[in-house]
Amino acid sequence: MNDRDLQDEIERYLNGEMSAQERAAFDILRNQDSELDRKVNEHRQFIGLLKQFSERRDLEQRLNAIHADIDVHALKEELTERPSWVVQLWRNHHSKISVAASIAIFAMLTTLFFTGYFNDHSSNLTQLRMQIKQQEQRTAQLDHKTNALINDIKKGKKVMEPAKFGGTGFIISPNGYLVTNYHVINGADSVYVQNAAGEAYHAKVVYTEPQYDVALLKIDDTTFRNFTALPYSIKKAESDLGEDVFTIGYPRNDAVYGKGYLSSSTGFHDDTTAYQVSIPVNPGNSGGPLLDARGNVIGIISGKQSLMEGAAFAIKSQYLLKAIKNMPPDSISKKINLTNKNTLASLNRTQQIKRIKNYVYQVKVY
Amino acid sequence: MYKVLIVSNVLKGSAPTDSEVILGILNNSETVLERLYVAYFPMVLQLIINNSGSEDDAKDIYQEAIIVLYNKVKSGDFELSSKLKTFIYSVCRRLWLKRLNQMSRYGGDIHDFQDHLPVEDEVEKHHDRDLQLNQMESALKQLGEPCRTIIEDFYMHDRSMQEICARFGYTNADNAKTQKYKCLQRLKKLFFQHK
Repeated sequence: MNDRDLQDEIERYLNGEMSAQERAAFDILRNQDSELDRKVNEHRQFIGLLKQFSERRDLEQRLNAIHADIDVHALKEELTERPSWVVQLWRNHHSKISVAASIAIFAMLTTLFFTGYFNDHSSNLTQLRMQIKQQEQRTAQLDHKTNALINDIKKGKKVMEPAKFGGTGFIISPNGYLVTNYHVINGADSVYVQNAAGEAYHAKVVYTEPQYDVALLKIDDTTFRNFTALPYSIKKAESDLGEDVFTIGYPRNDAVYGKGYLSSSTGFHDDTTAYQVSIPVNPGNSGGPLLDARGNVIGIISGKQSLMEGAAFAIKSQYLLKAIKNMPPDSISKKINLTNKNTLASLNRTQQIKRIKNYVYQVKVY
Repeated sequence: MYKVLIVSNVLKGSAPTDSEVILGILNNSETVLERLYVAYFPMVLQLIINNSGSEDDAKDIYQEAIIVLYNKVKSGDFELSSKLKTFIYSVCRRLWLKRLNQMSRYGGDIHDFQDHLPVEDEVEKHHDRDLQLNQMESALKQLGEPCRTIIEDFYMHDRSMQEICARFGYTNADNAKTQKYKCLQRLKKLFFQHK
């Protein structure tokens, strides 16, 4: 059978012009010969496309015929939104208006030039300079005062209110180890920590890791009683962008809850040891725990960018764990027992906070 | 307020009901098609000319949308889940947005006059089909005579081989068949060349 006859057969088959017998024979042939089957399908599709094209052209002609009866112009007049008269005025006359405006501006500038307006600038300039001078003087005075203050502080003069600095810290081991920022306790004479119930304990700094801004404190007060277990654990893996986070801290004398989300995996100036967090924090929040929705500690609040709204930074929990590991074992009397079990995951936020609050301390530095 | 009044004035009365339209399309009713066309054209004209288009743009877009609706109804997967009017408006809106994008005249948001639905899938489907049909059109154009007429007569207008024989003066039906076969082969070649 040549190609032409084959195509004729396929067409007869597709058009249903075959007798039942022929058809059955063809079906068998089609089943056996995949090449034939492919040809049948291809032919059907192609002819289908031709039919579709024909229908489309028909429909378009019908639509065009209908369209020809519609008075589009009148409809258009009716349906165009009339812009306000100012806009119309501008559209119709904008070239004239532009020219008029240019001439007006030019005339004004010329007048100003000839009346000597442009010669006055030097006086303005000196005035500005004087203001800058004044600012410089004020800054110098401030510097002077600040230096004096720092000197006083260094000499240990008790010139201020009892607590010189305040931050936040949180318990990481039931036997009284706390974590806070290095910058919170840096240069401290003595450190006290105070819990949500208002009980204050003396604490000592047992280890610092300035490069990660981490400090470990140990409560060494006889009145302190060990906790049984901590409700949260410290997360070892890095957390993901967009995760819901919250913190509890002491920007004032009472614990303050803040909620936000993890907005970047690097901190200030692309610091890879920190996260950027969009969360409301204030001075005093430093050293506070950053927790994810399940109540895992994922970081330590350390600072924020002053001129950017909602950009706070938190040291990643991995670096806290690193600092704990780096700590020489002889620097501590009792072992740090990190909790691996998190009992907060299934609680709602208010219950989580209620539990966590007891383990977050205000750090008072003298 | 002003806008709303105008639309309802224009559309008043003549619009066929949605089920009328669907039945009409399925039965190839000319009157229903005409009533449908006349009923919703002002709505589309309003959309296009108030979004930096011309009345010819409106005609093109509207006819495309009618074709989309037509194919959808014919293929049997049209469910009256929303109003027909909303469907047509949405398709036109999408088509127009696409065209504005192509002309890079799209200045942000479109000025809307009706509620609309997401119809991206429909428009994509239509677009793919349109491409194929355009290919077919250009292939047919390149085919030349008498092949084009033979193909159109036989495959598109369902004329019999005898009629074609008579029309082209073939004395032998076998010759005509051979000619038709050769023509179709050439058309296929032209069509697939473009792909």
